[in-house]
Parts: sequence; C-alpha cells; structure tokens
Amino acid sequence: MVFLQQLVNGISLGSVYSLIAIGYTMVYGIVKLINFAHGDILMIGAFCGYYAFLWAQGSASPVLAVAFAFLLAMAISALVGVIIEKTCYKPLRNAPRINALITAIGVSIVLENGARVIPFMGPNPRQVSIPEAFKGVFALGGLTISKVQVLTLATSLVLMVVLTAFVQLTRTGKAMRAVSHDMDAAQLMGISVNRIVSITFAIGAALGGAAGVLYAMNFPMINPYMGIMPGLKAFIAAVFGGIGSIPGAMIGGLVMGVAETLTKGFISSKLADAVAFGILIVILLVRPSGLLGKSAREKV
Amino acid sequence: MLRVESINVSYDTIQVLHDLTFHVDEGEIVTLIGANGAGKTTTLHTISGLIRPKSGSVAFEGADITRLPADRIVKAGLCQVPEGRRIFANLSVMENLEMGAYSQRNRAKATESLEQVFRSFPRLRERRTQSAGTLSGGEQQMLAIGRALMARPKLLLLDEPSMGLAPLLVKEIFSIVQEINRSGTTVLLVEQNARMALSIANRAYVLETGRIVASGDAKELSESEEVRKAYLGM
Ligand SMILES: Nc1ncnc2c1ncn2[C@@H]1O[C@H](COP(=O)(O)OP(=O)(O)O)[C@@H](O)[C@H]1O
Ligand SMILES: [Mg+2]
Repeated sequence: MVFLQQLVNGISLGSVYSLIAIGYTMVYGIVKLINFAHGDILMIGAFCGYYAFLWAQGSASPVLAVAFAFLLAMAISALVGVIIEKTCYKPLRNAPRINALITAIGVSIVLENGARVIPFMGPNPRQVSIPEAFKGVFALGGLTISKVQVLTLATSLVLMVVLTAFVQLTRTGKAMRAVSHDMDAAQLMGISVNRIVSITFAIGAALGGAAGVLYAMNFPMINPYMGIMPGLKAFIAAVFGGIGSIPGAMIGGLVMGVAETLTKGFISSKLADAVAFGILIVILLVRPSGLLGKSAREKV
Repeated sequence: MLRVESINVSYDTIQVLHDLTFHVDEGEIVTLIGANGAGKTTTLHTISGLIRPKSGSVAFEGADITRLPADRIVKAGLCQVPEGRRIFANLSVMENLEMGAYSQRNRAKATESLEQVFRSFPRLRERRTQSAGTLSGGEQQMLAIGRALMARPKLLLLDEPSMGLAPLLVKEIFSIVQEINRSGTTVLLVEQNARMALSIANRAYVLETGRIVASGDAKELSESEEVRKAYLGM
C-alpha cells in the first residue's frame, strides 16, 4: 500500500517534471541548446499563479481562479521565454554551443537575482493561497489522493496530449520537426527558422509556466530560487528520455518523479535528490543518448 | 532571370569564391560543373541565402535578393534541391512534400502540385505514409526533387542530383530534370558528372577553385579540348 501510495505521488510529481522536461527537450531539439534558464521560467509561472490566486480570492469561482492562474502563468512565461530567446540566444545561433550554454547559465542567474529585487517578487518566501475548493483529499481504499494531485495529473495530461497533437498534425508542428532534423534544409523549403525557434521557446516556456503553477500548488512556498531543483531534475528527465525526444521527456519526467517519491518513502528523504543525480550519472555512463534518443552518431 | 554579379564568399578567413559572375535566362538549363571542392555548393548556398557574400550581388527577376532571408527567397520562386538530398528523415514522405509547399498558403494549388508530383513520381504516392528515412537512395532523390517542386519554383537549383546513384537511376533523374524544364521551370544544375550535365544543358560554366574558367554553349564546351581532358576524362 505504501508502495502504491508513493507510486501515485510519484506519477503526480513526475507529470510536473515531464512538463518542464518538454521545454528542455524541444529547445534542444531545435537549437541544440541546454536552456539552463528554463527552471527559472517555472519560478516565474509560480509567481504568476501566486498573484492569480491572490486576486481571485473569494471573488470568482475556484475553477475560474485556477484557469486564470494557468492562463496568466503560461502567457507571461511564453513572453519571457521569447524575449530571452530573441535577446540572448538568437545572436549566438551560429556561435559554438558552449557560448550559448554559458549564456543560458547567465540568464538563469539574472532571472533569479532579478526576482529577488523586483518588489512584487522579492527574496522572502511567499505562501500560495490555493482556492479552498482545491484543498483536501480523496480516499480510495487505503490510498489518499489530494485534489491538487488530481488537478496536476489532469492538467499535465491535457497539455501533453494537446502538445503531441500540435507537433504531429499541424503545419507549424511539422515545420518544428523539420527544423529540428535539418535547419538549413528547412530554410531551403521556405520555413522561417526564426519564427519556428520563437514558437518553440514560447511553447516550452508556456508549459514550464503551467508546471510552475502546479508545483506551487503542490509545494505552496515559493521564492526566487524555487526553479533550480525541479529544473535540474527535469533536465535529468529529458536526458533520461533522450534529449530532443518529446515522448522521451514525458516518460523521463514520470520516472524521475516515481524515483524521487519511492526514495523518500522507502530509503530516506535526504537521499531523494542524490538519487536524481545518481540517475543522471548512470545514464551518462550506460546510455548517453537516453531512452528514446537518437545515438550520437546519427545526430551528426 | 538570375544574375550573379562578382560575388566573393569566404568561410572564416578562407576565400572560396572569387568575383564569380554568371547568369541564367528564363527557360534554360544551365549547368555549373567543376571538381569536388571547386565551390559549387557554396555558390548555390549563396544564391539561396544560406551564406552571405562579402561583396557582390545576386538578382532574381530583376530584384536584388542578396540580403533576403532564405525563406523569402523561396517565396520569390527560387527553390533548391540540396546536395545529399537532405530530406527530413523523421517525417513521412507526405509530410516532406507538405514542407516543400510550406510557402504555398493556397490549399487548392498545393493539392494540385501534389498531384503533379505524384504523377511524375508514382513511387512517392505508394510510399506516402512511410517514414522518409526508410526510402532508398533513388527514392530519396525523387522525394527531394518532388519536395522542391511543391513550391512551384520558377527557378530550380539542383546540387549534384546524380550523387551516389546507380547509372540507370542517374539517367532517370536527368530525364526528369529535362521534363521539369520542358514544363516551364528554369534549371540551374550543379554537377560533377560533367558528361551527363552537358548533354542536357543549354549553356555551361566551368568552375575551378572558386573561379569560372570556361563558359558557353554546352555542346561546344563538351567538344572543347580542355574540358574533355579535365572533366570528361578523354
Ligand atoms: N562550412 C565550411 N567551412 C569551411 N570551409 C568550407 C565549408 N564548406 C565548404 N568549405 C570549403 O569551401 C570549398 C568549396 O566547397 P564546396 O562549395 O562545398 O565545393 P563543391 O560543392 O564544388 O564540392 C572547399 O574547399 C571546402 O573545403
Ligand atoms: Mg558540393
């Protein structure tokens, strides 16, 4: 029973990692950049959620409040993601990848410390006021599932289904896959690579922002550095699934979530983060291309 | 139709094209022949906007396209079948063709182009749901050409379409190129296979280490002593 309980907790938490991991993997697939600022987008999404709940308190229906939180977080995050891409990464598109990677780390530091000094964010932790209707748990036999967990799973699932349909079926989605396979050939087909890269950053950041709201509902203390750990774990999830592969990121996120809760449940809470990084080391040793990733040879 | 005016192109510090000047008139098949490393691909990439020349200009139908982004050049009616085919192996055959029609917002016209491509390449119709990466080399080349035709180019650039294909397939590809030209598309054909290229072209330019060293009527060139020695191996 404890095992099942931790499994449920893990899948719920993991679905949040999946959402974040998708952003890493999509951006990597298109511009071959590990966007280390992506975790901080989660933090921005969480703050958007915090304010959305604050403004909606008592007034609107709780469902509307949550919907408003997601819309606000996804819109602001997408905007921030695109601005970062246009100002920081686009000038480096043809530069060595290490330059872009260092820039990404720089952007991450700017976002975290920027958040510390912006008055309505600030360095001190804030308590998220989740709408009353979303507090509480369902009991199923011996299992307890919180309403927030149900919301987390449902939202993640819907977002991932919509994303998959978008990437597989729409003209823009197909162009994204074409650009990720061969940027120059895509340009020769009349695809505007700048537009596709911006859309990719927007979608990745929007999913990261939504993950921020979910994360803030699961762990309702937020602060400017809150994106670092989930960001790193989602990055590991993306590597686990095979960086560049969207289904891989989804599976990787779930695996990371379950590994974390099982470690907490059966070994030690203190070891949970160590296990995450242990997983990274093992993947890099055993199968660096990840679960669904192309082998490095094919990528060239 | 296409005028390349004394372009100079470098990679980092190494200059690859030197004052290259040539033109293609409407309705022609013009071939650019030269040995490996002469700068043929660099020339086509410069025309298509993937590389910017240090100096010089490229004009298409009277308009300067030297600084135009690559995707806008396609919209202007200039399409390239790149060297090594460069099909999207992670997409299906059908999706590859759809990407070829990316700049074509008119649905009816795109459907019409698709029918035309399928008529020219019946194999592609049979394999339309298949992943493009699983096609044979010849089929991939047909897909690469079909994909470019989806954009209904006025001028089609082909970069070594015969590369890596069996002699019979090479023949087929060249007759397809002639067919495309007859149906009204101007062609600039880059080849190492000089013999085949000269046999279907109206005019030819010979490129050597980034400079044009000979040019003229394809037939006359193929009879000239120098070209025969250097490029036709006789
Ligand atoms: N991306 C590149 N960076 C540096 N040098 C290059 C690059 N691409 C081609 N070159 C060099 O430019 C010259 C011309 O190459 P290319 O245009 O590919 O010739 P061709 O298509 O006629 O074989 C060659 O010497 C080649 O080594
Ligand atoms: Mg070449």
